[in-house]
Parts: sequence; C-alpha cells; structure tokens
Amino acid sequence: MSLWEYANPKKFMQTSAVVLPIFAVFALVTLLTGLVWGFFFTPDDYRQGATVKIIFLHVPAALMAINAWMMMLVTSLIWLVRRHHVSALAAKAAAPIGLTMTVIALITGAVWGQPMWGTWWAWDPRLTSFLILFLFYLGYIALWEAVENPDTAADLTSVLCLVGSVFAILSRYAVNFWNQGLHQGATLSLDAETNIDNAFYLPLLAAIAGFVSLFIALVLLRTQTEIRRRRMQAILARERLG
Amino acid sequence: MIALLIRDLKQATRAGGGFGLGLAFFLIVTILVPFGVGPESATLALIAPGVLWVGALLSCLLSLDRVFALDFEDGSLDLLATAPIPLEAVVGLKALAHWLVTGVPLTLIAPMLGVLLNLPSGGYIWLLASLGLGTPALSMIGAFGAALTVGLKRGGLLLSLLVLPLYVPTLIFGAEALRRGTAGLENTTPLLMLAGITAASVALLPFAAAAAIRVNLR
Repeated sequence: MSLWEYANPKKFMQTSAVVLPIFAVFALVTLLTGLVWGFFFTPDDYRQGATVKIIFLHVPAALMAINAWMMMLVTSLIWLVRRHHVSALAAKAAAPIGLTMTVIALITGAVWGQPMWGTWWAWDPRLTSFLILFLFYLGYIALWEAVENPDTAADLTSVLCLVGSVFAILSRYAVNFWNQGLHQGATLSLDAETNIDNAFYLPLLAAIAGFVSLFIALVLLRTQTEIRRRRMQAILARERLG
Repeated sequence: MIALLIRDLKQATRAGGGFGLGLAFFLIVTILVPFGVGPESATLALIAPGVLWVGALLSCLLSLDRVFALDFEDGSLDLLATAPIPLEAVVGLKALAHWLVTGVPLTLIAPMLGVLLNLPSGGYIWLLASLGLGTPALSMIGAFGAALTVGLKRGGLLLSLLVLPLYVPTLIFGAEALRRGTAGLENTTPLLMLAGITAASVALLPFAAAAAIRVNLR
C-alpha cells in the first residue's frame, strides 16, 4: 500500500469515485454551515458594520488560491520526476479552480475595500501580489491550451510552474519592498486571526473547511474528466488506425 | 562556442535580423509618453524612471521570439542540441547574443531618451547602472520563455503572457533603484537585489530553458 498506487489511472478512478461524493457532501455541509452561520448569526463589527462578513468568502478563497498553486507545484514535480500521468492531469485540473479562487479573492476584496478604504483598488503589496498570481495562472492555463501534444504540454507547463513559483515568491517580496512605507492600512485586511473574535473565528473555520473540501472535490472531478478525455482520445485514435 | 556567438550576432545585425527595431520601439514609446501625459517637465521628471524601465522591458520583449524560432525552423536547433557543447551553454550563448544586440544598445541609448523625459541630472549614472545590471536578466528570462514556446505556431503572444509576469521582480528592483538614485536616496539594496536576480537567472535558467527545448525537439 503506497501513495504511488494512485498513479494508476484505473486505481485512481476507482478510489476517487468513492471519495468524491464524501468530499462533495462534506463541502456542502461545511460551506452551508460556515456561510449561513457567518452571514446571519454573527454580530456586526463595531467599525466595519456588516461588511466584515465578506471575510467568510474572502479569506478561504485567498487561502485556496495560494494552496492550489502549491498543489500544482507538487504535482508538477511528481510528473517531472516519476512521470505519472494522473499527477500532470491533476495539476491541469487544479489551475482553473485556482484562477477562480484568485478572482473571487480579488473581487470580494474590492467589494469590501470600496466602503472601507474608499477605493476599489490600491497598489498595496498584498493586492498586487494577488494580481501577479492571477497573471501566473493565466499564463499557465494558456500554455496548456496552446500545446497540442499532451505529454509535451505537461512537461512544458511543469517547467513553467517550477520557474514561476520561484518568481512568484520573489515577486511577493519585491512588491513588499516596492511599496514599503507608502501605504498604511494594508494590514487592516483582517489577516491576523489571533485578533479575531471567536464569534467570527468559528464560522470562518467552517467556511475554510468547506472551501478546502470543495477544492478537493472539484480537483478530483476535473481530474476524472481529464482521464476520461484522454481515454476517449486513445479510443478515437485506435479507431482511425483500424 | 565563440563561433556560435559570432554567428548569432551576425544574423541579428544583418538585414532582416530585427536589430534596431527594438531601439526604434524604445524611442517611439518614450516619445509617445509626453503626448499622453502632457509636456509639464515636472511631471515628466517624476515618471521618467518608470517609463524608461518599462520601455526598455517592452523593447526587450519585442525581439524575444527570434531567439530560438529561426534556428528551430531551419533545423539548426536540432544540430545544436546534438552538438558536443551542452545545450545549456547554447541557451546561455543565445541569451548573451540577445543581450548584446538589445540590452546593451538599449542601455546606451537610454540616457538620450532620459533627456527627452527631463530625467534629473543625478539620475543618468543610475540609469546606466540599473539597466546595465538588469537587462541581462531580461534577456535570460526571455530566452527561457522563448524556449517554452519555440514549438508553437502562434507563440509570440503567448510568449509575452508567460514572460511579463516573470519580469515583475526585475522591473520593480530596477525601477526602484533608478527612482531612488534619481531622488538622491540610498539605493544599494535594490541594486544588489537586481544584481542578485541577474546572477541567479544566468546561473539557473539555462537549465530550465534547455529542458524545455529538449521537450520541444522531442
């Protein structure tokens, strides 16, 4: 019994068929709990009013936006080292989800920032690095789309993911440096969970659990789709030959 | 290896090689900016460092798809891949050739464009220093992007989408070094960071680029 068993597409399909509904149901329950609890049964913040409630979407989405890239980095490495197709397909499957999470984080942030900061957008380090992350996702997905041969595409995108990760982290620190001391207010973004009251913290945890399991369920689903597409292409190719 | 470098330089500087296009583009971008933002010299002096850096970066981007594409089309890239020198060295030489025909001329012409943008007199030395330190990184990162897209038919647009996010740290530190230097502030840190990015790119990216070329030649 080892992790590498799941590199076999057949084994992966069998296991994911069982695991996927569990994660989907768990995602539904925790998301409903977190969001309903968060939106209707938490008090308004004394300074931010009801706008504070966007935290239940913003923070989990931002978290998953970064973690989706981390997952792609790990699966890309596995593909480059061990050549497991499922791994490359999982990276491909995760990219659009990560992109969506990035967009959700950016939009909810803008919606919150408008009444609170008085602006939709500020060139604050955190915001800027998310915009850069958005560009990295776009480039990664575009490269997958552009290359026709699936193995070539997997190789090239994996190399891009590795190099991109280094530059993404570098950009994060460069951006910090670039805007140091120019903007206050960036740290108002409620990132310090130690400061947050339990009234917000517990539903936030539920929402984060919901986003994590939603992400896992979606990645499994999309990976299954990619495997089925690959099988279909193989069948079609065989028919053309025979 | 030197023969390869000389060959690349000759190809780039001959008619149709695109040499000078980047320079002309840099000139045009710099001339267009005052039309866009107005001719007040105080405003221009304020934005000059950023405009010069962005202009240099875009001009560098312009000639990137030529780094490997011509050799890929006529098959000489296959020969170079099987040549006795490692492919990593070929990539490094290609990036060096690209830098010699774009980065160096851009750096040298930048002070003249600085005059057009009313760059304060203290800034010229830092303009030369920051572009001189930063443009090798631009060429090397660009060569990596070109290696990724060399097999694609419409790779040019994709190349910009892939390479521009990778240029962000270089641009930030380069423009910041120039801005601080122009304002008479301490700018050792961004200059050192810029030099660090260049050194790391030149040291590591040839391996990634060579891997991408091997995949594309498969």
